[in-house]
Amino acid sequence: MRLLSFWMSHREELAGMVERHLFLVLWSTAIATAIGLPAGIAAAHRPRIGRPLLAAASIAQTIPSLALLGFLLPLPFIGGIGPRIAIVALILYALLPIVRSTAAGLRSIDPAIIDAGVAMGMTARQLLWLVELPLALPSIVAGIRIATIVGIGTATIAAAIGAGGLGEYIFRGLSMVDSTVILAGAIPAALMALLADGILTWVERRLSPGHRQRSTAVPLAVATAALLLMAVVGAAGFGPARPDTIVIGSKNFTEQVVLGELLAQTLERRGIRVTRRLNLGGSFICDRAIRSGDIDAYVEYTGTALAAILKQPLEKDPDAALTSLRNAYGRSGLSVLAPLGFNNTFAMLVRHEDADTLGLATIDDLHRVEAQWRPGFGYEFAERADGYSGLLKTYELRFTTPPRVMELNLVYRALSSRQVDVVAGDATSGLIKALNLTMLRDNRSYFPPYYAVPIVRSAVLLARPELREAFNELAGRISEDDMRAMNASVDVEHRDVAATVRDFLSAKLPN
Amino acid sequence: MPEPVVSLVGVRFNYGNHVVLDDLDLAVGAGESLALVGRSGSGKSTVLKLIDRLLLPDAGSVVVEGRDTREWDPINLRRRIGYVLQEIGLFPHLTVEENVALVPRLEGWPVERRRARAHDLLELVGLPAAEFADRWPRELSGGQRQRVGVARALAIDPPILLMDEPFGALDSITRQELRTEFQRIRRHLRQTVILVTHDMDEAFALGDRVGVLERGRVTFGRPALTR
Repeated sequence: MRLLSFWMSHREELAGMVERHLFLVLWSTAIATAIGLPAGIAAAHRPRIGRPLLAAASIAQTIPSLALLGFLLPLPFIGGIGPRIAIVALILYALLPIVRSTAAGLRSIDPAIIDAGVAMGMTARQLLWLVELPLALPSIVAGIRIATIVGIGTATIAAAIGAGGLGEYIFRGLSMVDSTVILAGAIPAALMALLADGILTWVERRLSPGHRQRSTAVPLAVATAALLLMAVVGAAGFGPARPDTIVIGSKNFTEQVVLGELLAQTLERRGIRVTRRLNLGGSFICDRAIRSGDIDAYVEYTGTALAAILKQPLEKDPDAALTSLRNAYGRSGLSVLAPLGFNNTFAMLVRHEDADTLGLATIDDLHRVEAQWRPGFGYEFAERADGYSGLLKTYELRFTTPPRVMELNLVYRALSSRQVDVVAGDATSGLIKALNLTMLRDNRSYFPPYYAVPIVRSAVLLARPELREAFNELAGRISEDDMRAMNASVDVEHRDVAATVRDFLSAKLPN
Repeated sequence: MPEPVVSLVGVRFNYGNHVVLDDLDLAVGAGESLALVGRSGSGKSTVLKLIDRLLLPDAGSVVVEGRDTREWDPINLRRRIGYVLQEIGLFPHLTVEENVALVPRLEGWPVERRRARAHDLLELVGLPAAEFADRWPRELSGGQRQRVGVARALAIDPPILLMDEPFGALDSITRQELRTEFQRIRRHLRQTVILVTHDMDEAFALGDRVGVLERGRVTFGRPALTR
């Protein structure tokens, strides 16, 4: 029921996402077919070309989709966030089934039929078009069908790099730990896959030799036209951002989405047009996106920016940190605006009942449980110098069980469901209170400050001075409690991000 | 014998280092029907493939209508030759009519003409067009498919007809029936025919002359005498 009402209240957005999803899948499958068909023909006719070709396509298939997006991101022409790179990745995945089934379809033709064609004086081209391709067509369509279905599934990952589509609901739902929102994206994607499977299976059956009926051409043409129309409509609706709009980005967790929405609404209250590219897959992707001009502004944290992005030494003093940030970003044409107020440092979290019974108050107290407890972290914390390894060094901790690494959004649930016993979370997470977790005090001051600051492209600030004015309205206005409350509103009370932000703005900054 | 339509002179052909044909001489005159008999592996099919330029000889020459097959454009040559394969190789995605009309289509005949031609040929091989033209190959019996194969080979009235074990895969009653049918068709069309078979009866029934292919060469005997 919650799902139905979610769809009803988001129906326009949902329609847009379905359309975008179709757009991604149709274009990538169409281009993959255009490449894969000739490649499959070459593979069938010349095994010497075919074998390495199939091997290459197989290797592309084995790269996990997020990793593939990561590899493609820095490449010229195809790189950068947005649908282009997603389509390239989807093409790579679609190639293998298409190439393989084209080659298999051609190879499985009875050699007597080919002999008959050659003996009656067909040229290689006539043989291909009049005999080989028509006979291989059902197999080719089967390959396209598999590629399409895989594409519909894989395209959900495209939301991680801002390409949109139904994956946005899935990522949003994951970051909000809200299964309704996950299902809101997953169910239409699954239906789309089933529908594509049904349509293409029907086409495949109609095309098998000797099953042809004179009337097939018509529904086939109609279906093709309809699909093309949708793709064109999708393409038209998805141009680059309009030149006079400001593109706001955010990383893919609740607080970031809230902050992105906050920047966006702050601008919109002043009549500035905004395009949202929220839910981008992490600090590195946001950083690349703002440097390439794909987004104009997003909120970064001082500690993350220094250590993870600029690779500078850790700085415990907030003012000194801000100064070195401004210097480093300034050289890249980016401006660091005034901090929003709260410090979202890392928080070592344990279950409240454990803290009570074992008397845990500080991170040092973890020494008492280091032999039995299992830690759990998000990917970034596990990798970063100011993350897990530094923590172990500073506190001389020795966990006997290796940490479980997972999506950052999942660590809170993993902790409360006892899959792990201590996690590194965000100090401002709305789930701390909701799941009854306790934050251990950083008594050796290990974690650097993580003040939230808007990073904006300097060129945009110069051209649109009203932006600085708008963003500075927010300076120092968001306390840790404010942030936790907004996070909890979204994560725990399952309220809409936009509504949460709207309420906050009208309470804090009445016009 | 008048100027031969097909002749093989001193032909040698190897598959790897296995000699299949060795210094083979053969001449077939216009309108003649030559049957070559031999065991499997004796190189019968190789002779037909050399004539259709699906293969080229390792030594000697194959001459068709006065020109060495090396000098023929393979497509032009094959359009002057009808070829009936043992496996027939009907195109399963085309109807009977479309199968028969395919070579005329490649030759650019207008639709009406190739349709009329296909229907005539189907009548000729004993498959009434009204009943069979729109059928799929998989809906035909083995004997009917073989008839379509013959009709297809005759589609643009090629001067030469090659037949590779044309009726080999059929049961003996159907085979007998098709032989009689084929003799009737031959009287009608007067093509030069070269057919290979492992079946002596078939060779004598269909060939004006019968050659035996053995150890890479052909020896002839008059049908009446050998019988």
